[in-house]
Amino acid sequence: MSANQTRIERRFAELKAANRAGLVTFISAGDPDYDNSLNTLLALPDAGADVIELGMPFTDPMADGPSIQKSSLRALTAGQNMQKTLAMVRALRERDNDTPLVLMGYYNPIYCMGVEKFLKAASEAGVDGLIVVDLPPEHDDELCLPAREYNINFIRLATPTTDAKRLPLVLQNTSGFLYYVSSTGVTGSAAPTPERVEGEVNAIRAHTDIPIGVGFGIRTPEQAERIAQFADAVVVGSALTDCIEKAATPAEGTQAVVDLTRSLADAVRKAR
Amino acid sequence: MSTQTQKTPEIGPDLNGFFGTFGGRFVAETLMPLILELQAEYEKAKHDPGFHAELKALQKDYVGRESPLYFAERLTEHLGGAKIYFKREDLNHTGAHKINNCLGQILLAKRMGKKRIIAETGAGMHGVATATVAARFGLECVVYMGTTDIDRQQPNVQRMKLLGAKVIPVVSGTGTLKDAMNEALRDWVTNVESTFYIIGTVAGPHPYPEMVRDFQCVIGNEVRAQLQQKEGRLPDSLVACIGGGSNAMGLFHPFIKDASVRLIGVEAAGHGIDTGKHAASLKGGTPGVLHGNRTFLLQSEDGQIQDAHSISAGLDYPGIGPEHAWLHDIGRGEYVAITDDEALDAFKLTCRLEGIIPALESSHAIAYAMKLAPTLPKDHLMVINLSGRGDKDMATVTAHLADELAD
Repeated sequence: MSANQTRIERRFAELKAANRAGLVTFISAGDPDYDNSLNTLLALPDAGADVIELGMPFTDPMADGPSIQKSSLRALTAGQNMQKTLAMVRALRERDNDTPLVLMGYYNPIYCMGVEKFLKAASEAGVDGLIVVDLPPEHDDELCLPAREYNINFIRLATPTTDAKRLPLVLQNTSGFLYYVSSTGVTGSAAPTPERVEGEVNAIRAHTDIPIGVGFGIRTPEQAERIAQFADAVVVGSALTDCIEKAATPAEGTQAVVDLTRSLADAVRKAR
Repeated sequence: MSTQTQKTPEIGPDLNGFFGTFGGRFVAETLMPLILELQAEYEKAKHDPGFHAELKALQKDYVGRESPLYFAERLTEHLGGAKIYFKREDLNHTGAHKINNCLGQILLAKRMGKKRIIAETGAGMHGVATATVAARFGLECVVYMGTTDIDRQQPNVQRMKLLGAKVIPVVSGTGTLKDAMNEALRDWVTNVESTFYIIGTVAGPHPYPEMVRDFQCVIGNEVRAQLQQKEGRLPDSLVACIGGGSNAMGLFHPFIKDASVRLIGVEAAGHGIDTGKHAASLKGGTPGVLHGNRTFLLQSEDGQIQDAHSISAGLDYPGIGPEHAWLHDIGRGEYVAITDDEALDAFKLTCRLEGIIPALESSHAIAYAMKLAPTLPKDHLMVINLSGRGDKDMATVTAHLADELAD
């Protein structure tokens, strides 16, 4: 293991050795408010999340469906901002130095903070990777390449429209894992058949050894189990933010996220 | 500011869609292959005489181009300074400049074999123009429109429906143009194979800012020829309102390299820039990334987009086309702002003096001319883009001028 390995790379190596897929969970930072969101975040590793995606809320989440849009707005309404999101990461790291944490969102809040300032603060807080939806490989010099200097993985999305001609460009500077978006559409939309996704994931494997996580539209333990048979990780987001939306109290929201994470984790662990 | 001494600017965009540091292609991976395909198809169309011939024939017989360049004699007399011309884009089919762009884009959609058209709209003029060309070419059409705008632009909603478009109300955010654009992008990312997105302004991911500009340049090109015929020379100043900035860019762009021509873009100051309730991205915003491009945005220090405000729905957008951001940056364009009240005064004056009911958007340009023209000599030639007609604004204007209209 190289000294420069990120927690993401280490975690995927462990998962491979254990011959199982990982569970990647998404919540929006600050949803429904800072304290309750922090409680949820801190509970995720024990509930079975192998990798945590923490959403950086944005007013205009163009690639997200209603569930994550609403979750983002709940957080912003409660006063969430980038400083608070990074504070949540630091709080996680005080207790947990193993679970990889990926910040996910849109470029504008990062750009406004200043890329160098953001990367330095993220790195110091203990961020391991970034998923920035609106930065395709054509704009790698904006954030993807600078992030390398801080040993932060830049996790790229590949989609059903990413054809064989384009795939090498998408893979070129991707690190940590590749996030395969299984359907065209926004987060939370209906999932395609697992057979189709399996074929598409296998087609990508012919081009790369990097671990492949699959997401978009995976809501239930049954779906997660099926995807975990062939993917290196299963990503669940909207189903978890729905738990927070539907809960009668924030504490019940945290509990519902933990319960769903636990059953998803069980499903992923027995898939192979 | 003096534009006399600066060197000729290099006209963008570059290969990655940048005008200086503005522009780009900040979109989700799902859309990238399609955007690259669109760019390639547009490059081909640009060099295809058949494409231009078809566009030109439609501009003439369907839109009614060229649009007149009208000497606004009584307004000129009233203001007592610069000689003012109106470029009458309000006389186009569908009542605004928006149709120029929609015709170009629908011809591209046809070339690409797309069967379904989507669009976002604020004032509804772009929605109506899109619904119009979709009907003309027999394509399915879906228009996203914020609920706030649906309330204040009812006639245009009815027109779109008559033309066979489906109008989808957008409730997210403030229910205005930016939210409609988010929703259109979500539709596009979902239906990427079948759908062509007709963006209505010189914003969005490359190649849209360039493409929309090119289709709108017919405005400035005509002005150049018409003024040559009437006055035997170039204009001294061009004045146009700016939301996203397509009517302004269409007028300005053919003159960028003519250093003697002042390019004056008028943003919406709403209740006043210092009140925070405005839509002036250049005068009151900072650089950021939204809707596929880097440009000036109304946003918080934390990079959250703020709501724009303007009495005119068509200017109610928290961003501006990247080429305007660039013209502002290099000092080639002058950008100013006009409040709701000033626009309403200009609206009234134009009705009474010229017998023309201008769109509230265009009234912002006229309002700035009312300030500037009196300070200029009588041989100063000013062209104002009368980008649209005001019929759609009757409800808004009636509400604001209730007392005056009572008797």
